[in-house]
Amino acid sequence: MHELSLCQAIAGVVQTHAAGRRVDVVRVQVGALRQVVPESLSFCWTLVRDQADMPGAELELEFVTAEVECRGCGRQSQIASRFSVCCPRCDSADVAVLRGEEFLVTSIEVTEDVTEDVTEDVR
Amino acid sequence: MGRFHRHDDGTEHSHEHGDQPDHQHGDHSGYTTGSQRIEVLEAIFAENDVRAEVNRKAFESNGIRALNLMSSPGSGKTTILAATLEELAGDIAVGVVEGDIATDLDAAKLGGRGAQISLLNTNSGFGGECHLDAPMVNRALAGLELTTLDLVIVENVGNLVCPAEFDIGEHAKAMVYSVTEGEDKPLKYPVMFRSVDLVLINKIDLVPHLDADVDTYIAHVRQVNPTATILAVSARTGEGMSAWFDWLRTFAQNR
Repeated sequence: MHELSLCQAIAGVVQTHAAGRRVDVVRVQVGALRQVVPESLSFCWTLVRDQADMPGAELELEFVTAEVECRGCGRQSQIASRFSVCCPRCDSADVAVLRGEEFLVTSIEVTEDVTEDVTEDVR
Repeated sequence: MGRFHRHDDGTEHSHEHGDQPDHQHGDHSGYTTGSQRIEVLEAIFAENDVRAEVNRKAFESNGIRALNLMSSPGSGKTTILAATLEELAGDIAVGVVEGDIATDLDAAKLGGRGAQISLLNTNSGFGGECHLDAPMVNRALAGLELTTLDLVIVENVGNLVCPAEFDIGEHAKAMVYSVTEGEDKPLKYPVMFRSVDLVLINKIDLVPHLDADVDTYIAHVRQVNPTATILAVSARTGEGMSAWFDWLRTFAQNR
């Protein structure tokens, strides 16, 4: 259910930038601290892209490892667990998240000249 | 499903490989001949955030403070809210946006307590949205007389995942976390627990009947959110509720 909403939001961003051109590839960056299940997002995308009139658009996901800076010990660390943002060195919860909360469309690939007709609705 | 792999810069990605056994990882140029790459770099919630800002301005131009109240289903949000509306009646003018997937049961429960209620059913999407987003709240605000209000509480859809992702134009986020949900929930749903300014640990009257220890609940919240205010309450007996009312009064007056 969550991933479906996310895909609809992705489609909204893509549509604005595609401006009517055929969309071939959509690249999305996802931080490790986002509650995104990749398999679910990929599956939901196959439902949403048809509705959003971009049936050939392939979704590429790029994952960003989470990284925190600890205000306690001053060290920067990568976070292995998605359940906790505590400093893995000193266990302090007083950390600044440096990376891992990304959720954005980085780029798309479009084709200007649409030669193949989209199948007309037969009513 | 897509295949996942890791790049040297620490990122990983996945995509469908289809019938392209020769496809080289790391080189996506010429992926589709004749296609043109467009840099986008746009946050996926950008549109929502723009609309959230519209809501926030609407609140602020009317001198209103807005609170986004979230929790899992059955945590006691509506019961806490009913007690809260009774406490604040005649003191602070409250409007409630009541998010519910299908029914008006909660809105009915909150009626007759001196607050304005705007019901927002979310069942228009794929079988019901699991959260409120900024455009939905914007529509619900039409059901409130904003010029007469001091405080708007948005009771979000019961769900520990999706509501945490969507800014709806609030000034603070609070959540209800009841002791019957188990002490591991902050670790399982860190995004929501990290996003809030206040956690109400509810149903503490049930502690004697459970293998529960409020200190462990608090410690787990602290593990993901070192700064939130944490208050232990029982909406049923009223224990601890005065601290919540004080927090809310301070919040509402801080405009």
